[in-house]
Amino acid sequence: MFPTSFGPWLDYTINGLVIGNIYALLAVGLALIFGVSHLINFAHGSVYMVGAYIGWLGITKLNLPLPVTFAAVAVGCGLLGAVIERVGLRPLRNAPRIAPLLATIGLSVVLDQSAQLLFSPDPRALPTQLPSWRIAIGGGSIGALDLLIAGVGIGSAALLYGFLRFTRLGWAVRATALDRDAAQQCGVDVDKVNRTVFAIASALGGVSGLLVGMYYNTIDPNMGFQAGLKGIVAQLIGGVGNVPGAIAGSLLLGLIESYGIALFGTSYRNLFAFVALILILVLRPNGLFAKARRLPPEPLTGTFIAPSRPLVLPGWLIGLLIVAALALPFAVQQPYLLQTLGNAWLYALLALSLTLVAGTVGQVSLGHAGLLAIGAYASALLALDAGIPVLLAVPLAGVIAAALGTALVFPAFRLRGHYVSIATLAVGEIVTLVILNWESLTRGPIGVTGVPPLSVAGTPLVSGQWVYWIPLVVLLVFAGVQTRLLSSHLGRTLRAIREDDVAARSYGVDLNRYKGLAFAVAGFVAGVGGALMAHFYSYINHETFPAPVSMLALTMVILGGLGNVAGAVLGAVVLVGLPELFRAAAEYRMLIYGVVLLLLIRFRPQGLLGTV
Amino acid sequence: MTTASTTSTPTSTPSASVAPLLSIAGLVRRFGGLTAVNGLSLSLADGELVSVIGPNGAGKTTLFNLITGLDTPDVGSVAFAGQDVTGFAAERLAGLGLARTFQHGRVFGNLSVLDNVLVGAHTRLRAVRPPLGLPLLGPLAELGLALLPPAAVRAEEERLRAEATEIIALFGDRLTPRLDKPAHSLSYANRRRVEIARALALKPRLLLLDEPTAGMNPTETAEMLEIIRGLKGRGLTILLIEHKLDLVMQLSDRVVVMDHGARIAEGLPSAVATDPAVIEAYLGHKAVGAANQDDAAAVVPTKRGIGE
Amino acid sequence: MTDAVLRLDRVNSFYGPVQVHFDLSLEVGRGQIVCLLGGNASGKSTTMKIILGLLKPRSGQVLFDGQPLTGLSTPQIVRRGIGSVPESRRLFATMTVRENVLMGAYTRDDRAGVAEDYERVLDLFPKLRERHAQQAGTLSGGEQQMVAMARALMGRPRLIVMDEPTMGLSPLHVDRVLEMIQTINGQGVSVFMVEQNASLALQIAHHGYVLQTGRIALSGPAADLARDPQIRDAYLGGAQAA
Repeated sequence: MFPTSFGPWLDYTINGLVIGNIYALLAVGLALIFGVSHLINFAHGSVYMVGAYIGWLGITKLNLPLPVTFAAVAVGCGLLGAVIERVGLRPLRNAPRIAPLLATIGLSVVLDQSAQLLFSPDPRALPTQLPSWRIAIGGGSIGALDLLIAGVGIGSAALLYGFLRFTRLGWAVRATALDRDAAQQCGVDVDKVNRTVFAIASALGGVSGLLVGMYYNTIDPNMGFQAGLKGIVAQLIGGVGNVPGAIAGSLLLGLIESYGIALFGTSYRNLFAFVALILILVLRPNGLFAKARRLPPEPLTGTFIAPSRPLVLPGWLIGLLIVAALALPFAVQQPYLLQTLGNAWLYALLALSLTLVAGTVGQVSLGHAGLLAIGAYASALLALDAGIPVLLAVPLAGVIAAALGTALVFPAFRLRGHYVSIATLAVGEIVTLVILNWESLTRGPIGVTGVPPLSVAGTPLVSGQWVYWIPLVVLLVFAGVQTRLLSSHLGRTLRAIREDDVAARSYGVDLNRYKGLAFAVAGFVAGVGGALMAHFYSYINHETFPAPVSMLALTMVILGGLGNVAGAVLGAVVLVGLPELFRAAAEYRMLIYGVVLLLLIRFRPQGLLGTV
Repeated sequence: MTTASTTSTPTSTPSASVAPLLSIAGLVRRFGGLTAVNGLSLSLADGELVSVIGPNGAGKTTLFNLITGLDTPDVGSVAFAGQDVTGFAAERLAGLGLARTFQHGRVFGNLSVLDNVLVGAHTRLRAVRPPLGLPLLGPLAELGLALLPPAAVRAEEERLRAEATEIIALFGDRLTPRLDKPAHSLSYANRRRVEIARALALKPRLLLLDEPTAGMNPTETAEMLEIIRGLKGRGLTILLIEHKLDLVMQLSDRVVVMDHGARIAEGLPSAVATDPAVIEAYLGHKAVGAANQDDAAAVVPTKRGIGE
Repeated sequence: MTDAVLRLDRVNSFYGPVQVHFDLSLEVGRGQIVCLLGGNASGKSTTMKIILGLLKPRSGQVLFDGQPLTGLSTPQIVRRGIGSVPESRRLFATMTVRENVLMGAYTRDDRAGVAEDYERVLDLFPKLRERHAQQAGTLSGGEQQMVAMARALMGRPRLIVMDEPTMGLSPLHVDRVLEMIQTINGQGVSVFMVEQNASLALQIAHHGYVLQTGRIALSGPAADLARDPQIRDAYLGGAQAA
């Protein structure tokens, strides 16, 4: 495990720098984009994936010479970047700052899913036409591809430096990054600047995707998600919006990963990046290279909650709907329908949980599926390994998810806006990676099989009706509790934090205490939801609750109306129930979610029932 | 988890006959090359109304941020009710009885007028926020009491609602008909009123008002003047930032004039109004064309760049 | 005033549900310095945003040289010949003084003319010549104000709008800035300045308007306004400043 000679370490160093170079191509683009538009572009990883596929088309299908392939990737991705700016960013110029971030998430889903439909989800080989010689250096070695990657990295950095320093448009980019309004008042067309920056960043990102594909000789439609996150991590290490910092952060991250893998093994690769991310966010939120104390940050007064008038459903209608929902199994006997709706109720628990933290408290969590996973594993393992009755294991799993979830997100409580989203995304990934790697507890990649079903007095509750009723009753109870919570003093206190945390603090509201409370309640609800899923599905593994589930939850919550309890239920029924009932092909579903998310953010940010 | 009582009597200091409620000593706050507050000292006795005036950019709002814990000074100290509170967090200071309004109006836009004011009473919630002092049990107890409120909690909520409605009624029919309207739908002037109502709901021992009449027309300003006069009459201690000098002159026991982060004059309103240094800094120089440059240079020792 | 370089005609503007301007009309005569006075939140800075196209009026229009600016973006308005000195200078802090000043010429393509004008503004503000390679954020407030004015001049504007140009400056620098404004005006550029400090602004202005909660409460030749008891009541608080 621990290489003792010097040679391997040199190889790890070279490998780390090469990977770091690839991250740098991503991170520099993210830094440029953040600079001019204060946006963390979650679609960047998808552009990288598209770059890899354009390269694959060029190399394997069209047999283009390598330089031509590179040019095609840069141009194709540059154009894609300009389109992303036009669709994802410009229409949302005056929207709250979280809106474009969510739009880039939607775009990323759409791009990834389109690639899956077009090229199939299977990985493809990307053979390089490079010579296979390697130069030996003191026990290690460098190959032609390593040199090419280094050359592209250094060359891009030099070109970028020249552009920013010596061209008029480059000056405009720097000026816009420093003060957008003042740049406009100098006559700078900031839309053009944004478009240029997106194009440059995306061209670099695409080239990075191609290089990675060549380096590992494999590409797949989902390769962008992790890579995009790595770019974001590298950028945060260097300080957001700081281009030289992004390069340094990337090289550092590459080395951390390379050495980390050498010490602990490949399956831990991504864990290092996310742990580094959390550490940076907590210890040096302005990055490693930030100067001393800066101006206190401007309050993020514009949350995603657009001023709106929520649609108030009359009490009798809600009562009627509840009775109808409860009575449905008497009228309908098709198990498939009941099962589908039962699944929708389970997802509604997740939406209920997310709408509390993202809607009511304004902490847009992107890792909410992690809470489901904690609940599911806790309940399954308590029942299987500790022999605790399932009916007791489920609420215990809720408590564990509440405690663990709150503890994991706690370091992010002092962050705001985008940083909260990134931190929760990282926490979600960490949960998945820990499940994958902590084999003695979680059984690792094999997953947990034979999770016992819910049962009363030895009778398993597995028939269609129970699969429908149990989640529904749990949902109704939690929805009632949440409604009650919102109408108590906690409701106004949590919403005050969302509206203006500085003013809230000035009136004695302890942010940590109330964010903690909200995450604990949300963790309990999602944990119970995850636990029920485990017992209904009878098999879970680390991929049962992947990151896209978090995005789905967010889409449900926004669709229903942020903070809106009835809206969360409606969102789950519409997005989980309807596609199933209409038998929409499974492979199109994620694509539909992405498109729905994009349309909502653009045209109806207050959702169907309105934000509360 | 603030356990301090807002109604505790001020701890008396043996040295002074009347300890100041607020006393600030040698406060300095720098932002990069700019020194926003530069060695400022100031004290406020119980029941006093002191106004801070000075041109925009003089550092008045930064001073408020330093007093209320939203910002921490590079140098200097703040004492409140005999206790050194330098570096205390804003939420803790609120618990000690410090309430403020904000220059640009920071109401909770999507909350109703009534809820805005009720958030102001947050530190006074006792029944639903039992002071347990334990890290986890306190919040959990609060959650339980909120979900299944016993009689005491319901009574407390009722009492605070009644009180908030009463505070809102201070502003005549400006806000009362809009109790359930979200604050984002209010006019600029009404938002300022909501802010003041929210501050009053805290039952503050010291009220800091940052330009309460900004954006108000003369009628509204006159109304606000009467309201502040009424608050003062009830013995409330007030620190006021205001540009409308006639209002300042009518209300203040003392006026502090700030320029470039420092106090350039202090005294009775009548004395400050005729102070040549004040006229120079705040009301502007007389004829510029004829201004004697050497003179100006001699009068103003530039403090810029200290420690930079 | 028939020869107005800038005219606002019954402008109504809003931030969300809140109306800021109520039928605001005013004009800036060619070659004049005109000041708009008013307290905080009276709508002064919003007037600047309206002129520069950063906020669109809901009704009414802005006319520059008789042409309506309706529908034009800020860069397009700047190209028409309006230079801006924003509130608190708003320099590009980590760019050099030279880069900052030349950013003012961003809309121009005549390299030779730009180089010439650069020399000219450096002659106007000799201090900047020594500092040309320094980062703008490291300058003193007064020097920053010089850079902001030089930057605005580089676009060869016919009108410069200034938002509280004396804010936060030491008295010595305030005098300098007022002189600079007069110098700029002496070059034939009209100036529209927003100021809270009435007596300062009226010293150098030809004409003044007083804005109160989005309406013009008073207007007239600067000299008259300076003597007007209403102004004194509103802004000088009855202080015996005169």
